[in-house]
Amino acid sequence: MIEITPDRIDATPIIESVRTPLAGAVCSFLGTVREITGETRTIGLEYEAYPVMAAKKLAELEAEARSRWPILEAALVHRVGRLDPGEISVVVAVSCPHRQEAFEACRWLIDTLKEVVPIWKKDVEDVASFVDLPPGT
Amino acid sequence: MKATILLFASARETVGAPSLTVELDENSTVGGLRSALARACPALIPLLPFLRIAIDSEYARNDQQIIPHDAELAVIPPVSGGSSLEIPAPP
Repeated sequence: MIEITPDRIDATPIIESVRTPLAGAVCSFLGTVREITGETRTIGLEYEAYPVMAAKKLAELEAEARSRWPILEAALVHRVGRLDPGEISVVVAVSCPHRQEAFEACRWLIDTLKEVVPIWKKDVEDVASFVDLPPGT
Repeated sequence: MKATILLFASARETVGAPSLTVELDENSTVGGLRSALARACPALIPLLPFLRIAIDSEYARNDQQIIPHDAELAVIPPVSGGSSLEIPAPP
């Protein structure tokens, strides 16, 4: 399953979709919007994609991963648009006969996805903090 | 020939439009496209070292020729890999 969606992601059916009796291991990764980074608070992230290329690159990643590991089923789902803290931005799920190859494939997929798939994120500006400033500051 | 380049993320924000049309030589390479982008929008110059160019959804090398003429061209700023749209400092 390859999908780029503006809709809220429910990870459970995505993970269920890669389960098969041939698998001994299902490994999944969820990327979520982190609210606190050091002393910075994130009120939301805006994700933007180049949809045609992003879908193509996701499909290429799946094919490359299948050539490296004995993947039975794979799912790569990325959200776009405005996300609130805690929401899921990306899901990677793979099933393999054994856990080591499932861990390796899942790790490689999310790491490589973040390097090559044309999807960008940007902090949503905290308009309220400007409005709340006292006059003259 | 005229070529329209799709812009995303920091490149789109810098130009203030989702695409840019530039004039290219008939046998222009990706490097030539970069020069044309710099001429069309000098504000892009600081970003250029960090931008990748895609031809028909494939990352292109600088010496690659822009063929065919109806190819979909796009400017690809650094993707989200843990960073934001902020422009990285030059190395």
